[in-house]
Amino acid sequence: MPMMKTENISVHFAGNTVLDNLTLAVEKGQMISILGPNGSGKSTLLKTLSRNVKPDQGTIYLDNQNIAMLSAKVIARKMAVLPQSPQAPSDVTVRDLVEYGRYPHQSWWQGKSEEDNHWIDWALEQTGLMRMKERIVSTLSGGERQRVWIAMALAQQPEILLLDEPTTYLDICHQLEIMELLAEFNWRHHMTVAMVLHDINQAARYSDCIVMLYQSKIFAVGKPKDVITSDNLREVFGVESLITIDDTGRPVVIITGLTKRRGY
Amino acid sequence: MRNRHVWRAFIIVIFSLLAVGGVFLSLAKGAMAISLQDIAGVLFSDHAGTSQQVIWNIRLPRTLVGALVGINLSLAGAILQGVMKNPLADPHIIGISSGAGLAGVTIMVLFPDKEYLVTPMAFLGAMMSAVFIYILAWKGGIRPIRIILAGVAVSAFLNSGISALMVFYSDRVHGALMWMVGGLSARSWPHLDIILPYTVVGGILALAGARRLNILNLGDEIARGLGVNVEVSRIAMTAVAALLAASAVSVVGLLGFVGLIVPHAARLLVGSDYRYLLPASAILGVAVVTLSDTLARVAFSPLEIPVGIIMAFMGAPFFLYLLRRDA
Repeated sequence: MPMMKTENISVHFAGNTVLDNLTLAVEKGQMISILGPNGSGKSTLLKTLSRNVKPDQGTIYLDNQNIAMLSAKVIARKMAVLPQSPQAPSDVTVRDLVEYGRYPHQSWWQGKSEEDNHWIDWALEQTGLMRMKERIVSTLSGGERQRVWIAMALAQQPEILLLDEPTTYLDICHQLEIMELLAEFNWRHHMTVAMVLHDINQAARYSDCIVMLYQSKIFAVGKPKDVITSDNLREVFGVESLITIDDTGRPVVIITGLTKRRGY
Repeated sequence: MRNRHVWRAFIIVIFSLLAVGGVFLSLAKGAMAISLQDIAGVLFSDHAGTSQQVIWNIRLPRTLVGALVGINLSLAGAILQGVMKNPLADPHIIGISSGAGLAGVTIMVLFPDKEYLVTPMAFLGAMMSAVFIYILAWKGGIRPIRIILAGVAVSAFLNSGISALMVFYSDRVHGALMWMVGGLSARSWPHLDIILPYTVVGGILALAGARRLNILNLGDEIARGLGVNVEVSRIAMTAVAALLAASAVSVVGLLGFVGLIVPHAARLLVGSDYRYLLPASAILGVAVVTLSDTLARVAFSPLEIPVGIIMAFMGAPFFLYLLRRDA
């Protein structure tokens, strides 16, 4: 059963078609990655799913309900969003920021409840931030900061988490740390994860499903080994590659060079 | 590392002491010095005798108007800085001052016999220019930067009207000039009646929106993800700020300084959490306006200078000090 699906969505910016009639289903419990070259529409797709861009045509369903008919708070209790490089105010602490994740569960006249405290502590625990909960977010390292934002999203108790390039600007160790964290949540709490990724190998290693976008359309969708092929990479990214399948059945890509194209 | 909660409480207590001190000083000082006992006598029992008359008819309403103006402008500035995510946002930016200014000056210069219209017309002018700027800035949604730029353009347009009036009627400029700077001179109970409902309603709405302002401060995308309707919240909170500022400006004239500097000073001391920042700004606003007004009356006695001048003169250096201290 799909956690989220889009039906024939199109987005135009200033006369350009950024998303062209996309139909896509994100199954419950899946970890799904969106790949594609710059300008293929992958960030716009995520922004459309997270309601930061309104589709010009088409419908988006969250848990089989038309997202345009749901209130912002009802959506936020099911779906958490982590945009690319978010900014926290310069004096906010880790715990305060995670507490904001409880906003969709609070009504405006009520303060923080016991339940809120429970979930805030839980999110801090899960992301390994308990011992730095009183630190100021802006003084943390990039990887720690990203964990704080993920903790905020987790405090929302979402069924689906959307992330736009969660590992960009992080060193390789912290990139893997974030990916492992997401994979663990996906596996242990059956949380659906949909993200835009740049790194093809990370997508191949951690995703159940890959969506490859090219020129505003879905070029290929399916299991990593079916989507990440030399032919597809040549066509979509314009690169030559060697691909081996590792012992878990996932493709590992080595890029060997640019495809020689006519016109260059 | 100091405990933030203790620190915030400490700062708010200090602000409160300053505010209470400002109110009492404002009641006690002036052309006639009045003792604290007399003040207490007027406030808590019957009032006969000269000093009681002075307090009840002149000082008390003036002080209260000043306090409420301080609250309104500070809250409006704090809200706008959050909603627009711009440190220079203040009631000027959304056209409150220029709208009120043109309407008020028009009445004072062209219809000097209809002075009683200054306050309602200034309020109307302020709200009209705020709405106008919003309409101009609207383009499939509201983006703060467009509001700010539209605000600058509309303000420049309206201010040229004010300047034109002042040039053409240079013989009647004095009253208008005093009002442009902003002052509490001769403000009494009727003015209090005008501003009080806005302070109460606006203050409650502002505090009710504190958590929402915190979320908006995280950026539009995060705020949407957390279930805040960004466009609606921004319009609603701007409207609250507009009502607060317009009511204040229409009563005392274009006090520029409070709405910009007080929220910043409060933010530098208590931080950016709106649940603390809003009350802290309001209380500091009371302190700043009442203390400045007292000084404005006493400093060059018997000459009284408009409180707006004192405030900017004393406040700007203090603000620069706060800025350097934190940098």
